Amino acid sequence: MRVPLSWLREYVDLPAGETGRDVADRLVRAGLEVETVEQLGGDLKGPLVVGKVLAIEELTGFKKPIRYCQVDVGDANGTGEPQNIVCGARNFAVGDKVVVVLPGAVLPGPFPISARQTYGHTSEGMICSARELGMGDEHDGIIVLPAEYVPGTDAVELLELVDEVLDIAVTADRGYCLSVRGVAREAAIAYGLPLSDPALLDVPPANAYGPLVKVEDQAGCDRFVARSVIGIEPTALSPLWMQRRIQKAGMRPISLAVDITNYVMLELGQPLHAYDRSRIDGAITVRRARAGEKLRTLDGVERTLDVEDLLICDNSGPIGLAGVMGGAGTEIATAVEDPETGRVDGTTEVVIEAAHFAPVAIARSVRRHKLPSEAAKRFERGVDPEAGKAAAQRAVDLLVLVAGGTAEAGVTDIAAPHPVHSITIAADHPDRVAGQEYGRETVVRRLQEVGCTVVGGDVLVVTPPSWRPDLTDPNDLAEEVIRLEGYAELPSTLPTPPAGTGLTESQRLRRRTGLALAGAGYVEVLNYPFIGEAVLDAFGLDADDPRRTTVQLANPISDEEPSLRTTLLPGLLAALRRNVGRGATDVALFEQGLAFRVDGTDPEALFNAPRLPVDRRPTDEEIAQLNAALPRQPRRVATVLAGNREPDGWWGKGRAATWADAVESARTVAAAAGVELTVRQDRHAPWHPGRCAALYVGDRLVGHAGELHPRTVKALHLPERTCAMELDVELLTADGGGHVEGPRISGFPVATQDVALVVDATVPAAEVEAALRSGAGPLLESLRLFDVYTGEQIGADKKSLAYALRFRAADRTLTAEEASAAREAAVAEAVSRTGATARG
Amino acid sequence: MSAPNKSYDPVEVEALKPEEIERLRDEALAAFEAAADLAALQEAKVAHTGDRSPLSLANREIGALPPQAKKEAGQRVGQARGAVNKALAERRAVLEAERDARVLTEEAVDVTLPYDRAPRGARHPLTTLSERLGDIFTSMGYAIAEGPEVEAEWLNFDALNMGPDHPARSTQDTFFLKDATGQPTDGVVLRTHTSGVQIRSMLAASEPPIYVICPGRVFRSDELDATHTPVFSQIELLAVDEGLTMADLKGTLDHMVVSLFGEGMKTRLRPNYFPFTEPSAEMDMVCFHCRGESVGNPDRPCRTCSSEGWIELGGCGMVNPRVLIACGIDPNKYSGFAFGFGIERLLMFRHNVEDMRDIVEGDVRFTLPFGMEI
Ligand SMILES: [Zn+2]
Repeated sequence: MRVPLSWLREYVDLPAGETGRDVADRLVRAGLEVETVEQLGGDLKGPLVVGKVLAIEELTGFKKPIRYCQVDVGDANGTGEPQNIVCGARNFAVGDKVVVVLPGAVLPGPFPISARQTYGHTSEGMICSARELGMGDEHDGIIVLPAEYVPGTDAVELLELVDEVLDIAVTADRGYCLSVRGVAREAAIAYGLPLSDPALLDVPPANAYGPLVKVEDQAGCDRFVARSVIGIEPTALSPLWMQRRIQKAGMRPISLAVDITNYVMLELGQPLHAYDRSRIDGAITVRRARAGEKLRTLDGVERTLDVEDLLICDNSGPIGLAGVMGGAGTEIATAVEDPETGRVDGTTEVVIEAAHFAPVAIARSVRRHKLPSEAAKRFERGVDPEAGKAAAQRAVDLLVLVAGGTAEAGVTDIAAPHPVHSITIAADHPDRVAGQEYGRETVVRRLQEVGCTVVGGDVLVVTPPSWRPDLTDPNDLAEEVIRLEGYAELPSTLPTPPAGTGLTESQRLRRRTGLALAGAGYVEVLNYPFIGEAVLDAFGLDADDPRRTTVQLANPISDEEPSLRTTLLPGLLAALRRNVGRGATDVALFEQGLAFRVDGTDPEALFNAPRLPVDRRPTDEEIAQLNAALPRQPRRVATVLAGNREPDGWWGKGRAATWADAVESARTVAAAAGVELTVRQDRHAPWHPGRCAALYVGDRLVGHAGELHPRTVKALHLPERTCAMELDVELLTADGGGHVEGPRISGFPVATQDVALVVDATVPAAEVEAALRSGAGPLLESLRLFDVYTGEQIGADKKSLAYALRFRAADRTLTAEEASAAREAAVAEAVSRTGATARG
Repeated sequence: MSAPNKSYDPVEVEALKPEEIERLRDEALAAFEAAADLAALQEAKVAHTGDRSPLSLANREIGALPPQAKKEAGQRVGQARGAVNKALAERRAVLEAERDARVLTEEAVDVTLPYDRAPRGARHPLTTLSERLGDIFTSMGYAIAEGPEVEAEWLNFDALNMGPDHPARSTQDTFFLKDATGQPTDGVVLRTHTSGVQIRSMLAASEPPIYVICPGRVFRSDELDATHTPVFSQIELLAVDEGLTMADLKGTLDHMVVSLFGEGMKTRLRPNYFPFTEPSAEMDMVCFHCRGESVGNPDRPCRTCSSEGWIELGGCGMVNPRVLIACGIDPNKYSGFAFGFGIERLLMFRHNVEDMRDIVEGDVRFTLPFGMEI
C-alpha cells in the first residue's frame, strides 16, 4: 500500500515538521512494514507554471516533426510576453493549457533547465510530459490541463508534485491498512492524535427502491450495498487532485467512474464496482457459478468458471467474478464522439456496488484463475463489512461532484445477520504473554485505541471493531497491546530449560564423518537434490533399477531436472565437473544428505496424506498415515574424486586417485562410525564392472565404491578414471556404533612371520586374508598384506600375496615353535579355503 | 699385591708421591686439551684413565699402604682422578658440540620448500555454521530435532495455522510433488521451512517442556541468483513450557547473538505477522561490524548494514495457541516461543560473502578457506 503523506495528513493532524521518515519510524514501531519512503519532486525547483498555447509553427526538414510554440505564461516569466518554446510532442493544440518549465528551473533527475538553441530557434524552457515531472511513466505525450486553469499559475502546487509516499508491505492480518483510512488510524494512535475518520459520512438508510439485488449465497456475500447515479457527463474527466492521488498510490487513472471507485477503495479500503446501468439486464444477483458457465473479464480473457466461483450475475448470466474482476459486458463505456452529429455516447447511468465477500471464496477464485487484483487483495485479507455504506456514499458524492450526476434516492443494503464476536481475556493476559507488567488500565486503553469495545474488570470482554476481522484470539489482543506499548520495551530474560543430553548419536556421527573426510582431503559440497532422466541414463541404470523410480516436482526450477535424487552421485559429479571446468585438476568432494526413494514404501499409502483437522492432536494412527505418505529419505554419504590424490611436486610424481581411494573413503566413514567394513567384488552401475567394490557390514550391503564406468565418465564429461563411493549411513550403523572394550596390552615380545601365497588371480585378497586370520587363531595380533606380485615366475592367471603376520601372547613369550605352528595353521586354512599354494 | 706392611712408607713409593700424582694429572689434562677431535680424545682417555694408565696403576698401590698413609694417598689420587674425569667430560662436551655443529650443518635442507603433499579438505561453512548454532543451544539444554525434507502438507502448513485457504500459504513458493507416473501427490510437498519438525517435536513429546532447535534444508521455488536460492538452510527454535514470555524469546535471541558475535550484541523486535506465531515479530540484530556507529555518520559508512545499524535476521514470536492445540498441548497451561532464520544470509553477512551462487555451486576455492570449524 502506497500512502502519500499529504493524503495521510488529511485525516491526522500530524505535527508540521514531521517528515515521511519520521512517520515511517513511528509506523514501523507500531508494526507496519514501511519498506521505503519515496521522495516525490525532491529535486524539483520552479518556475513551473500553467501555460496557454497561443501559436504553433510546424518546423520541417528535421528527422521528426518539431513544433515552435508561443505560450502565454502570464507574469511568470517576469515580462508577460509569450514564451518561445520548441517542442517535439504533438498531442496539443492552440488554446490548450499545458505545463511549462521556465529557464532556471530544475526537473526531477535532476535536469536543470535553461534557454537553449535548438532546431534553429531559441527554446525558452519546455512544455512538460508526465514522465518529465516524475508523475508516472505511462505516456510520453505532454500534459494537457483542464481549461479552467489560469496561465502563470504555479504548477508544482497544482499538480502536487512535491510529496512523500510511504510504501507499506501490508501483512496478511492487517487488511485494514490497505487503505489510507487504516494507515491513518495507526498513525493517529502512534502520535496520540485524533483521527478524522473519512468513513464517518451521512448515509441515508436503506429503502426499497434502490437497485435490484438478490443475494442467493449469503455465506459468500454477507453484505451488498448498491446505489445509482444518473445524468453523468460522459466526457467528464477525473479532477487533477484525484488523478494525482491515484498515481501516487501506484495505480493508473483510467476513466472518471473507474477512477472514483479506485479512489474510494484507496481511501476507505472498500473495493467498489461501477456498472453501466443501461447494460444490466434485471436484478444484480450474487450466486455461485454453474458448471460450464463462462465469463469474459475486464482484461478481455474468457474464463471457464468453477462451481465454487462466486459470481455477480444478471438475467444474461455472469457479469462479474465477485470481488475479483468485473465482466467486459457491463463495463463503463468509453465516451465516443459521433463525428457527424457531435453527439457523445458513453455511460451516463452508473450502479455502484459495495459488497462484502467471504475471504476464502475470493482467495480460491484468485488462485483458480490466477487473477490477482487490487480488490481481491483486500477481500482476501478482510474488508470492513461496515464500510460498504460509507464507501458507496462517497462514490455517489464524487460522481455528483465531479461528473455532474444526480444521486438516485434508492439505497439497497442487504445484510446477513452478523454475529457479534467478542473475546474474553484476563486483564493481565497481555502482561503474561509479554513478560512485562502493563496493568489493566493500559491494556484497556490500548484496546480501545485500536477500536475495540472493552467491558469488565479483571476479566475483559473485548469486542473488536468491524475493520479488524483478524482479532479473533486472546493472543491477537495481547499483540495489539504489546506492539503499541512497544516491542522495543520488552525486557530480556532467559528461560531455564531442563538439562539436555547434547547431540544424538546420529548427529555426532555426521560431524565425525565430516571431520574425518575433510581431514582426509575431501571438500564438502551441498548440492541441490534435483536430477533428471539424463544422468540416470548416463549411469547405465537398468529400467527396473529402483534409483530410476523418482519423486518428481510438479513445478521444477528446470525441466531438465524435474526429479528428486535417489542417489547423491549426480549432484557430486556435477560439482566435480564444475570444478574441473573452472581449472581444478585434483578434486575430491564429499556430501552428506538425504536421498528420496520410493522402493520399500507402501504404494497404497505413499503420497496419500490425509487432511487432518487442526482443532485437536492427530491420533497416533493418523500420524502414522502422514508418515506412510512420505517416500523413504535415507541419509547417505558419498565421495567423488579425480586427478591426483597426491599432487606432483619437487618430491616427484604425484599419485593418481584410484578405485582404492574411493574404497578408503568408505573405510574412513566406517571408522568414524566405529564399524568394521568388508569389501566384496561386485558389478553395479555406474561403477566400472571390474573395479567396483560392494561394501558390507557383516552380511548387510551398505554401499559401493570404486572407479566409475568409462561410459558414464564419457557421457557425463568427467575426467578419466573418476572414482566414487556412496553408502547408506543408516544401514552402516544399523547395529549401533561399535562399543569398544578396552584392549589388554601384552608386554611380551612379538613374533613376526611372513607368508607368501600364490592364488588364482580371480581369488579376492579379502578371502585370503579372512582365511589367514581365521586359521592363525587368537595368537595373531595383526596381519598386513605388504606385496602383490604377478609375473611369469608364478605363472599366468596367478598372483602372489605376501603377508606379514605378527603373533603375541598375553601371558608369555612365544617360542619359535608356537609362532611357526600358528603360521602353518593360517597357511593351511588359506590353502583349503582359496586353493593357495605356499611360496618360498 | 702384597699385604699391608706397617713399615711401608708412601713417600717412598715413587708412584704415589704427591709431585708424581700432580704430574700425571697435568699430563692428562694437557693431553685432553690437545685432543683435536673425539677420536683423539678417546685415545687420550684410554691413555690417561684406562686400566693401564699411570693414575690407575698408582691407585692400585694404595691398598698396600698402612692405614694413615692409605687415607692420604687415597685422597690425593682420588682428587687427581676427579679432576681428570671432569676435564675429560668438559673436553668431550666441547668436541661433541663442534662435531654436531659441523655434521648438522652438512645435513641442513631448505625447509621452505613447499610441502602440500597431503591434500587439504574442508567442511562446508553452512554445515559448520549450523553446527555452531547447534552448539550454542545444546549448551543451553536444547536438543537438535530433525525431520524429513519431503513432508506432509499437514505438518508443513495446516498444523501451523496455515489452512488451505490461508493467504500466507500461497506466498511460500512451494514445490509440489508428483509420483513416478506423473500423478500429483495428495498432501505431500518439499518442506518450505523446518517448522514441520517443530510440529513433530510437539507431537512426539508426551508433555512439555520442549526445547528444540530444528536446522535443515528447505525449499522454495525461487530462481538462483546473487541473493536467492531455491534450496537453502534454516534453523528454527521452539520452546514450550509453563509461563514462557516474549521477554524469554528476546533474552534467548540476545544470548544467541552474543554467543555468535561477542559481548555487547543485542537484538530488536519489530511487530510482524506470521500465522504460526501470535504475537509475531521480525528480529534484527545490532550490526556486529559497526555496532550501529555508522548511523547518521557519513564518514564511517558500513557496508554490512548499509549504515542502518541493524541487520534483519528472521521471524519469531509466541507460538500461536492454535498450533499448540493441533499438537495436543493445552494452551491454557503452556505457552511457547519460536524463531527461524536462514543460515545462508547469516553466512553472507558474517563472512562478507557477496554472491549466493558461491555458496551453492560447490567450488572448492570457496569452501577450503573455511576449514573445519567456523
Ligand atoms: Zn554496520
